[in-house]
Amino acid sequence: MSRFLPHPLLSLGLVFVWLLLTRFSLGHLILGTVIAGFAGWAFARIEPDRPRIRAYLPLVRLALVVGLDIIRSNWAVALLMLTNGRHGARNSAFVEIPLRLRDPVGLSLLAMIVTATPGTAWLEYDAETGVLLLHVFDMIETDDWPALICGRYEARLLEAFEE
Amino acid sequence: MTPLDSLPLWLAAPVAALLVIGSTLTVLGAFGLAHLRSFYDRIHAPTLGTSWGTAAILLASILAYSWVQERLVVHEIVVGICVMVTTPVTTMLIGRAALHRDRKEGAAGVPPSRRARGGAAKG
Amino acid sequence: MTSATLLWIALTYAQTMLAIAGCLATWRMWKGPRAQDRVLALDCLYITTMLLFFVTGMRLDTPFFFEASLVIAIGGFVSSLALAKFLLRGEVIE
Repeated sequence: MSRFLPHPLLSLGLVFVWLLLTRFSLGHLILGTVIAGFAGWAFARIEPDRPRIRAYLPLVRLALVVGLDIIRSNWAVALLMLTNGRHGARNSAFVEIPLRLRDPVGLSLLAMIVTATPGTAWLEYDAETGVLLLHVFDMIETDDWPALICGRYEARLLEAFEE
Repeated sequence: MTPLDSLPLWLAAPVAALLVIGSTLTVLGAFGLAHLRSFYDRIHAPTLGTSWGTAAILLASILAYSWVQERLVVHEIVVGICVMVTTPVTTMLIGRAALHRDRKEGAAGVPPSRRARGGAAKG
Repeated sequence: MTSATLLWIALTYAQTMLAIAGCLATWRMWKGPRAQDRVLALDCLYITTMLLFFVTGMRLDTPFFFEASLVIAIGGFVSSLALAKFLLRGEVIE
């Protein structure tokens, strides 16, 4: 299994994309599977470590939470644009957040979440100390953000990838 | 006359609403990009267009064409996945480049680097 | 109001708004003031153009605009990445 399919998730995703881009048929399924298997094998030469996912349930719950958060913060940022930043009262700030998460896949997922949510931007991550530098568009309370990122997103990623 | 005109009203209404929402969010993002004062504020603006701006327009297209072609048309998802995966990478890299350049010039209002350069930046 | 009129209004509105968004991003790219602003504006312009192509493809009912927007999305990603990398280090490939 691991010899022939070094990256099963990647290959599965590639088959999925291949079938989306072409009409679904048996021929395309076989062709896509062959190409995806080959691509996974080629990718193993670049990146031999496959991502280790311990539990899938936290990821599903995380996806729901993130989906809701993105809708909510889209609305909030759009309102801020329309009202010219609450008529000049909006403050933006840099926030430093110490992270416990060390898994590279988990970190990249966290980066995707933080960046895809309007209002927060991931600027820099220090791999040695694990401190993340975040820029927050609408800063209301200073101590709110580390708790929010850690409790809402990081805890679930830790469950899925490390514990 | 395009095939889209064959949509019933109960489907045309959400499609139209999604198109309006998506394009409005995108234009608000671009407006913020043109209007905001500091670079670190401006970096937030285009994410409106890349999150629900894109998602709403793609959803509208999926709904409309699934009706027209009488099967589930989901190849729009590929564009969505592509945008969702690639935007964080560019935003992070542009943000880090800006931070790096500002620190090198000693600009005010930028947090200092936590360590000396070297071994860094690969994260 | 029939669904054809409703969709016509929505598609025209979407095209107009996306064109305005493209103009705003272009203005930011022209104005600067610094290189990172221009790269960010170029990235935003790519996304806006991609969405504009998508909506135009819906209106004209051709599949070619979908392919074009996919190419724009990928090309925009690579070019923004190369530009940001250049700003970070002064060279594209280390």
